[in-house]
Amino acid sequence: MHALKKNRPLRRITLAAATTVTGVVLLLSLKPHTPPTPASASSSAGHSSSPSSGDSSGSSSGSSGGSKSTGTRTVTGDTVQTRWGPVQVRITLKDGRITDATAVAYPSDNPKDQEINSYAIPQLRRETLAAQSAQIDSVSGATYTSDGYMQSLQSALDSAGL
Amino acid sequence: MGTVFSFDVRGGEPEAVRTALEEAIAQLHRVDEVFSTYREDSQISRLVRGELTVEECDPEVAEVLELGAEAERVSDGWFSTRYEGQLDPTGIVKGWAAERAALHLAAAGASGVNVNGGGDVQLYGVPGPHRPWRVGVSDPLRPGSLAAVVSAAGVDELAVATSGTAERGAHIVDPRTGRSAVTDLLAVTVVGPRLTWVDAWATAAFAMGSRAGLDWLESLPDVEALLITAGDEVRCTGGLAQRLG
Repeated sequence: MHALKKNRPLRRITLAAATTVTGVVLLLSLKPHTPPTPASASSSAGHSSSPSSGDSSGSSSGSSGGSKSTGTRTVTGDTVQTRWGPVQVRITLKDGRITDATAVAYPSDNPKDQEINSYAIPQLRRETLAAQSAQIDSVSGATYTSDGYMQSLQSALDSAGL
Repeated sequence: MGTVFSFDVRGGEPEAVRTALEEAIAQLHRVDEVFSTYREDSQISRLVRGELTVEECDPEVAEVLELGAEAERVSDGWFSTRYEGQLDPTGIVKGWAAERAALHLAAAGASGVNVNGGGDVQLYGVPGPHRPWRVGVSDPLRPGSLAAVVSAAGVDELAVATSGTAERGAHIVDPRTGRSAVTDLLAVTVVGPRLTWVDAWATAAFAMGSRAGLDWLESLPDVEALLITAGDEVRCTGGLAQRLG
């Protein structure tokens, strides 16, 4: 998909629930106020855990762009509908590592949303970066908005071939 | 509350694992259909309205209600499958469903399974030959940092569940008053073999508060826990250290 990947083995990135080389995310609405989003399944079960995971599942509909010549690119995840509004995450990668993660869309319709997201979004961003360096596979204690964040992040990772 | 489930599945025979993954996802959708208290036509809603008996529901309904009753007994009522007087097994369904999905994948031959249901995690096996599954525990007081990292080193099955005040406010009820639990805790993370139970124990201990909650968790076999209070104290069960890394 990207010439960059073929030239150098990507460092394996391990990141939160979203980092999966083989991942499937679906929305289960035990208490729906919005219609459940259909399972955005980008599955590739049975992946071998080789350190060069450039062959990972890339069936997501995220988009990517950026300047490949410098080894830096950005990948935007799917827009994920949460109970409080859409969430969309964009990641920046350099040499196969995530150097930034930004929520480009998040609920902001009312003051409560704005208040929550003023601290939640930066927190999620830092968690994304911290999770990568901490070599963890999953995070316990995630909350609602962050589920949408994780789901969008997952699709960005899928698109990036991580 | 909608919940996202994410799967990280390693190893096994690809076709068998892929099939198992599709089955696990179908099961979760079925769980939603049957157990959602927000769907008028779910079996639980119809059971509450007296339109169905437990025997007329899917067999999973009786299974989940029995698990809920067991959790209620063990927690001396601090865990409850009733909300405002009405049957509401939501508190046990999520952990049970995630555990069942993970077990289904492990049984299909996957060598590593990690299912995260809204921040509650069930692990089987290992992600690769040289390392165990590792789960970060969010620090409720320090945005962006982890309070701890739990490792599944040395065990084939491990679950990690966290209860706390959600972004949108307290969602845990004191079963004695029916109101939001008055607690000095911000978060309780419980670690043990099965997600069904650690999820329920985290909920119960959160409502109990740090003192009673920690004592009670210490009394449970095969369970370790990390409690974080509003005063920024961290309290652990005696054996938690062995699970950190």
